[in-house]
Amino acid sequence: MTTTAPATVEEVVARYEPVIGLETHVELGTRTKMFCSCPTEFGAEPNTQVCPVCLGLPGSLPVANKAAIEATIRIGLALNCSIAAWCRFARKNYFYPDMPKDFQISQYDEPLCVDGYLDVEVEGKTVRVGIERVHLEEDTGKTLHIGGATGRIHGATESLVDYNRAGIPLVEIVTKPVAGAGTLAPEVARAYVTELRDIIRSLGVSDVRMEQGSLRCDVNTSLNRPGAEWGTRTETKNVNSLRSVERAVRSEMLRQASVLDAGGRITQETRHFREDTGDTRPGRSKEEATDYRYFPDPDLVPLAPDPVWVEELKATLPEPPRVRRERLREQWGVSEHDMESIVNAGAVELIEATVAAGTSPDAARKWWLGELARRANEAGVELAEVGATPAHVAELARLVDEGKLTDKLARAVLEGVVAGEGSPAEIVAARGLEVVSDTGALTAAVGEAIAANPDVAQKVRDGKVAAAGALVGAVMKATKGQADAKTVRDLILSRLGAA
Amino acid sequence: MTDVTKATAAELGRMIASGEVSAEEVTRAHLDRIAQVDDRVHAFLHVDTDGAITAARKVDEARARGEELGPLAGVPIAIKDVIATKGVPTTAASKILEGWRPPYNATIMERINAAGMVMLGKTNMDEFAMGSSTEYSAYGVTRNPWDLDRIPGGSGGGSAAAVAAYEAPLAIGTDTGGSIRQPGAVTGTVGSKPTYGGTSRYGLIAFSSSLDTPGPVSRNVLDAALLHQVIGGHDPRDSTSIPAPVPAVVEAARLGATGDLTGVRIGLVREFSGEGAEPGVAAAVRDAIEALVKLGAEVVEVSCPHFEYALPAYYLIAPSEASSNLARFDGVRYGLRVGDDGQRSLEEVMSLTREAGFGPEVTRRIMLGTYALSSGYYEAYYGQAQKVRTLITRDFNAAFEQVDVLVSPTTPFVAFPFGSRTSDPYQMYLADLYTIPTNLYGGPAISVPAGVSEGLPVGLQIMAPTMADDRMYRVAAALETAIPPLTPPALTGSNS
Repeated sequence: MTTTAPATVEEVVARYEPVIGLETHVELGTRTKMFCSCPTEFGAEPNTQVCPVCLGLPGSLPVANKAAIEATIRIGLALNCSIAAWCRFARKNYFYPDMPKDFQISQYDEPLCVDGYLDVEVEGKTVRVGIERVHLEEDTGKTLHIGGATGRIHGATESLVDYNRAGIPLVEIVTKPVAGAGTLAPEVARAYVTELRDIIRSLGVSDVRMEQGSLRCDVNTSLNRPGAEWGTRTETKNVNSLRSVERAVRSEMLRQASVLDAGGRITQETRHFREDTGDTRPGRSKEEATDYRYFPDPDLVPLAPDPVWVEELKATLPEPPRVRRERLREQWGVSEHDMESIVNAGAVELIEATVAAGTSPDAARKWWLGELARRANEAGVELAEVGATPAHVAELARLVDEGKLTDKLARAVLEGVVAGEGSPAEIVAARGLEVVSDTGALTAAVGEAIAANPDVAQKVRDGKVAAAGALVGAVMKATKGQADAKTVRDLILSRLGAA
Repeated sequence: MTDVTKATAAELGRMIASGEVSAEEVTRAHLDRIAQVDDRVHAFLHVDTDGAITAARKVDEARARGEELGPLAGVPIAIKDVIATKGVPTTAASKILEGWRPPYNATIMERINAAGMVMLGKTNMDEFAMGSSTEYSAYGVTRNPWDLDRIPGGSGGGSAAAVAAYEAPLAIGTDTGGSIRQPGAVTGTVGSKPTYGGTSRYGLIAFSSSLDTPGPVSRNVLDAALLHQVIGGHDPRDSTSIPAPVPAVVEAARLGATGDLTGVRIGLVREFSGEGAEPGVAAAVRDAIEALVKLGAEVVEVSCPHFEYALPAYYLIAPSEASSNLARFDGVRYGLRVGDDGQRSLEEVMSLTREAGFGPEVTRRIMLGTYALSSGYYEAYYGQAQKVRTLITRDFNAAFEQVDVLVSPTTPFVAFPFGSRTSDPYQMYLADLYTIPTNLYGGPAISVPAGVSEGLPVGLQIMAPTMADDRMYRVAAALETAIPPLTPPALTGSNS
């Protein structure tokens, strides 16, 4: 049998319909862990943020973190879910050394939030992604396997466990199956995770950083022939960036299509996404999966969120990022394309705050997406961490508006701001970067330039206005670039009677 | 000086506070008694001589500084080995925890320490509190001071035997299906199980989280109430702890000691009155109930039709929770590790460790519980047992609309000889026939001496509604005026 593996998603969709589903884990940014008062900061020395409870020592007991419950309810509300009037934590039992108790406290058939949706925009089309459930659980520790070829436990000579992460509150958000996206399935997956990230960030409940693992994503994919029942799905783990979400769906669609084309059968299994090659490889098979023996955790009392409290949380939800983006786009008068650049650069809040400080939207956008984005990119940091604040940019823009700085000088000032030398005004003073606007000094410099270049001056007098450039250059040189070039030009032209 | 080991805890507290005797003298007298008799009784797994002397001296120093002492300051206490004691070995009588010294104290230990009480050591028990005879300890049996050839009850046989043998005036037990009350009954001591959630479980090595309740063991009712007052009350570290003050148990015990039960309605559970109890036990209990009537109580028969399902429901719920609670003993982080030779896989090391570390009864219950929670069986077993639990709670609620307390034998039979029930688990499980319904309901219950049968102690169980622990202390203390606390004979038996 000769079959050619499909090369594109279009070819796949010509024969099959994809169904995707996403399970997203979000580490909450609460000050303390889910069931004890240990701190949650990322990056501490291994096993320094632990206590009898998160180590699961015999006799210790969990007590649920109210802030985590509140954050989960807010996420649920932002995803248009119903909030359970009564629900419980359940134990998920399985043996693994990164779980101190050899069970994970999670939720099973009684999640805190159910049945919501999230609308996402893909190529101008709105796709509604159903939300099955949002529940709260505890994170596991982190294992490091040394000595094996794969970095997995098999073949390792030593395994190290860091329990700092054990017990950090983790919210799991599960979508309903998303069918009908066709060739856009990979983009829908990416748009969903992007939108989810923005919503959670707007709620201020997590820093949702995929590279630090505070947002983790598993992608389910299946294919079926048109009109047939949904196919067997695979679950792709280790999908650690927005781009990877899209690539993982695409590669799974291509792989499954080639298996099906060849008359094969899809195995229900967990697969691991490989960042380097962009494809997936098989992990453990679900068919030999453990029975987790879920049962309600008898150490914890049921959760029964007061409906009044839930209503209060609902009333104080921030504006959804999508609505807010559209509102700002109109206020700023930018195109959808430009707005997308602003969003992708992580500049929405920065520009908004800069505008609020009195800067025009155009100027705010110019500085953040131009000079500062360039510097952030060079330094390999997020724009928000480049070293300049909206207040700095607003002050800078005001100095330019007032004619005290030229664009060129302003860039030099920003360099100082980014280097932490102080506010723009302080840097202008310290570096002596203010525009030479004293007409006396400028007039003298212009006079000197004309005297030193009689030939050029004559050409200008004769009407060759373009020749004035050389004189402007001479004046700028004499003033060390601190004069406003347009002012200098006007002065020269009026002196030579060419204005 | 009188023998302080024969004194009650209340008397000792008073004598220490008044300076009649020092806390150190009291502690040394008990340590001496342990040295004299514990080779025969084997109530203790670990005696913390230095810690006890240090704690006693602190009390004496505090008194010397003129500080006011609490009613139990300087009074020694023995602690069941299932309670986490900071820096002191805590094994739950299991090989799997041999040598483990917790880095923290259970909440009740913090309260015991804050009250100035002196911990003598850790007492023997059935491994992980699973058993009714203390024969399932991984460290050897404890012998009943009334007859050294017989069991002291279980799982808290060590605590009960220590108190009965005058090695300690007070002890802590834990009651999941009767592990405080049943040893109390067969050793002629008082065993009190508070309302579930009335005493903190933080630091109690979990057997069955929805049932485990720590409580007092003593030789008289007032002493139990005094200790209950010390360890009880809300603990924010235990979610299932009830946020309410301790019921007025000490006042109730004092009220009961006046011997007046006029107006108190006592219920007899019809379903408990048929066969089950040995004739001698039934007779002693009948006499005790007559004594209560003479004190003014009114006796009513009530029906609790679902009590007959309590035992099977318990043997699904408790093992299910245990199978999960005991998963953490895997050799990775603490305790025993077997087979870690650098060749075997993690799973193999975990399996070998658990195989070597757990005894037969613990293994049996883990397997039972694992099965009951399995997908496909959950509803039929665990789910069904939870429904029975609800029905039993309804039975209690209905009964307590008619009566103030319920009474029954604590256990169907007196202390039995070693080895007589280990071959058939069901025969062992029957020991908790009368105590288990209370655990499923969550209410308080106490076992008090109700005379002897064939020279061995019989216990009367008094059950009360949740958070009405005071009622059972009142009735128990009143019974004491009619049937005084029992004194075991000199330690005898083939082992002596």
